[in-house]
Amino acid sequence: MFLRTVWAILWKDLVTEWRNRQTFSAMLVFALVVIFLFNFALELNRGAQAVVTSGVIWVTFAFCGTLGFNRSLSAEQDRGCLDGLLLAPVNRAAIYVGKALSNLVFMLATAVVVLPVYSLLYNTNLFIPAFLLVVLLGMLGYAALGTMLSGMSMRSRMRDLLLPVLLFPVALPLLVAVVKASSGLLEGQPLSAVRHWMDLLVVYDIIFVTVSLLVFDEVIED
Amino acid sequence: MRSGHPRLLLSLSIAASLLLCLALWAVFRYAPLELNMGAVQKVFYFHVSANWAGMLGFLVALVVSVIYLRTADLKWDIAAVAGIELGMVFTAMGIVSGMIWARPTWNTWWTWDPRLTTIAVVEMVYAAYFMLRQGIEECERRARFGAVYSIVGFISVPLTFFSIRFARTIHPVVIGSGDSSNQVFNMTPAMLQTFLLCLFAFSVLFVVLLWHRLRLGLLAQEVEDAANACWE
Amino acid sequence: MIEVSCLTKRFDGKTALRGLDFRAVAGEFVALLGPNGAGKTTLLYILASLLRPTKGEVRVAGCPLPHHAAAARRSVGFVAHQPLLYPDLTARENLTFFGRLYAVPHLPQRVDEVLCLVGLMECGNNLVRTFSRGMLQRLAIGRAVLHDPQILLLDEPYTGLDQAACEMLDAMLHLQAMQGRVLVMASHDLGHAARLASRFDILVSGNLKVSVFREQIPAEGLSALYQQAVQSQ
Repeated sequence: MFLRTVWAILWKDLVTEWRNRQTFSAMLVFALVVIFLFNFALELNRGAQAVVTSGVIWVTFAFCGTLGFNRSLSAEQDRGCLDGLLLAPVNRAAIYVGKALSNLVFMLATAVVVLPVYSLLYNTNLFIPAFLLVVLLGMLGYAALGTMLSGMSMRSRMRDLLLPVLLFPVALPLLVAVVKASSGLLEGQPLSAVRHWMDLLVVYDIIFVTVSLLVFDEVIED
Repeated sequence: MRSGHPRLLLSLSIAASLLLCLALWAVFRYAPLELNMGAVQKVFYFHVSANWAGMLGFLVALVVSVIYLRTADLKWDIAAVAGIELGMVFTAMGIVSGMIWARPTWNTWWTWDPRLTTIAVVEMVYAAYFMLRQGIEECERRARFGAVYSIVGFISVPLTFFSIRFARTIHPVVIGSGDSSNQVFNMTPAMLQTFLLCLFAFSVLFVVLLWHRLRLGLLAQEVEDAANACWE
Repeated sequence: MIEVSCLTKRFDGKTALRGLDFRAVAGEFVALLGPNGAGKTTLLYILASLLRPTKGEVRVAGCPLPHHAAAARRSVGFVAHQPLLYPDLTARENLTFFGRLYAVPHLPQRVDEVLCLVGLMECGNNLVRTFSRGMLQRLAIGRAVLHDPQILLLDEPYTGLDQAACEMLDAMLHLQAMQGRVLVMASHDLGHAARLASRFDILVSGNLKVSVFREQIPAEGLSALYQQAVQSQ
C-alpha cells in the first residue's frame, strides 16, 4: 500500500508535469542562465579549474532545486489539491516520499540537460560515472530535505521567499560534502581518493531522509 | 507567583549578579597574565563561557521541541523560543569576544576555521527559525513548525562542523596553523579556577535569564488569552 | 455515525466553534445552515479530519479523531468548496489517482461506474481544466463517492451552478441519501437545503441554535425559523 501510494503520487506529478512542463522548464532555464552569469562573474574559461566547476554546478543545482521544491507543494495547495491528498487514508510518509521522488526526478532531469551543456561550453569532461553517482547522492539528500522544508515554507506568509533561508543553512553539510567529492573526482582523482566523502554523503542522505520522514506528519497535517 | 517574582528566582538573579562580579574580579585580579598573548587572553574566560551558555540554550530548545511534538502543549513552545533567543544572544557574544581575541593573536578578525564557520551557520539556522515563526499566524502551527525546524537545525549543526573539519584537515589551507582554536596555552591552577568560576557564573546567569524569559512568555500568553476572551 | 460533543475550535484569537454538540445517524441528510462565519466549514473540515479539534470529542464512523483519523478517512467523502481535482489530468485520470490512494478494488470498472453516475462518461478523457463549473462539481462528487464512503460531507455544493446543474445535483444527492449514507451539507441557501434534507441544523457563531426534523418544522416555515435563530443572537 505504501509503495502504491508513492507510485500513484509520482505518476500523477510526472503526468501533470509532462502536460504543462512548467516546473521543469523554469528550473532548466534558470539553471542555464545562472551558469551563463557565472561565466561572466568568475571569468570561467575553457578547462576551468575542477574546484570552480563543482562549485558553480552545485550552486546552480541548489538554487534551481528550491524553485522546484517551492512549486511542487505550493501548486497542490493553491488549487486545494493538498486537501484532496490529505483526505485520503494514506500514510503521510508515503505522500512525502512520493513528493520527494518527483522533486528528485525534476532535479535529475535538469542535470541531464545542464551537465552536457556545461561540458560543451567549457570543454570539461563531466561524464565520470563516479561523479554522476555523487550528483545522484547529493540531489537525493537535498530533495529529501527541501521537500520537507517546503511543506513549512508554503504555509508561511513569505511563501517562496522563505525556503532558501530555511534550506541552505541546514543543507550546508551535504553541500560541502558534495562539492568536495565532485571537485576531487573532476580533478581526476580516483574514486578511492574521495571515498570518505562518498561515505559521508551516504550517511547524510540517511540522516536527512530519516529525520524528514519522522517529522513530515507534523509538517503537513492540519 | 502572579504578583511579582517568585522568591527563588529573585535570589537566583541576585546570586547571578554577584557571581558575575566575582568572575570579573577573578578574571582581572586573580588570574595571572598569560605570557605569550598578554592581557587579551583574558577574553578567553568569558568567550568560552558565553559559547557554553549559547549551546545550553540550543540544547534546551531541542529537548523542549521534542517534548512539544509529543504533548502539543504550548508552554513547551514558549520554552523553545526562550532557549533559542538566549542561545542566539550568548552565541553572538561568543562570536564578538572571539573576534576581539582573534585580532591580536591570529592577526585577523575572522578565519574560516571549522568552529568559527559552524558557529556562524548556527546563527543563520536560528535566524531562519525566527523568520519561519514570523510568517505563520496560527500559534499551534507556528509552534509545530518551530519545533520541527529546531530539531532539524540542531541535527544539522554538528554535521556542518564535521563536514568542514573534514574538508580542512584534508586540505590544510586555513590562515594560521591548522586548527588554531585548539591552540592550547598552559593554564595555571589560578587560571583554571577562574575559568571554572566563569563557566559556573554563566551557567547560573543562563538559568536565571531562561527562567525570566519563560515567565515573560507565559505571562504574555496569559495576557493574550485574556484579551481574546474579552474580545469575544 | 457522527458524534461530536463539546467541540471547540480556536484559530489564533478567533473561536470558530464553541462547545458544539452534533450527531448524525445512518440515513440522515443533515443541512447545516447558518450565516457566513458561523463555523459550518470548520465543522466539516474537522469531520473530514483536515483540521484538529482544539477541545472536545469527535467520533466519525466510530473512530475518535484526531487519533484514529486514518480509519475515519476511509469512511468519509468530502466535497469541499474547491473541487480538489488536478486540472492537468483527465477526469478518468483524476478518479484513477484518487482511487489508488483509497485502494479501491476493481478500480477501472469503478471509475467507469462513477463517471456514468455523474454523467461525465463521454468527457472522461478530457482534461479537467476544460471543464465548466457544473462539470467540475459533478466530478468532485464523483471523487468523493469513489470509495463508497458511509459519510458524505458537502460544503456549499450549489455555489456557482446554473439551474440545470442544480437539478442534476439534487438528483445525485437524493440518490446518495437513498443509499443509506449520512449526508452533511453546509449551506447558507435555504432553498436547496429545504428540497432535500431530512434535518435542519442552524449554526450561529459557533454553536448549534436549532435542530429540527423536516416533519417538525413549524407552520411559518424554515425561513422564519432561520431568521429567528440568526437574530436571537
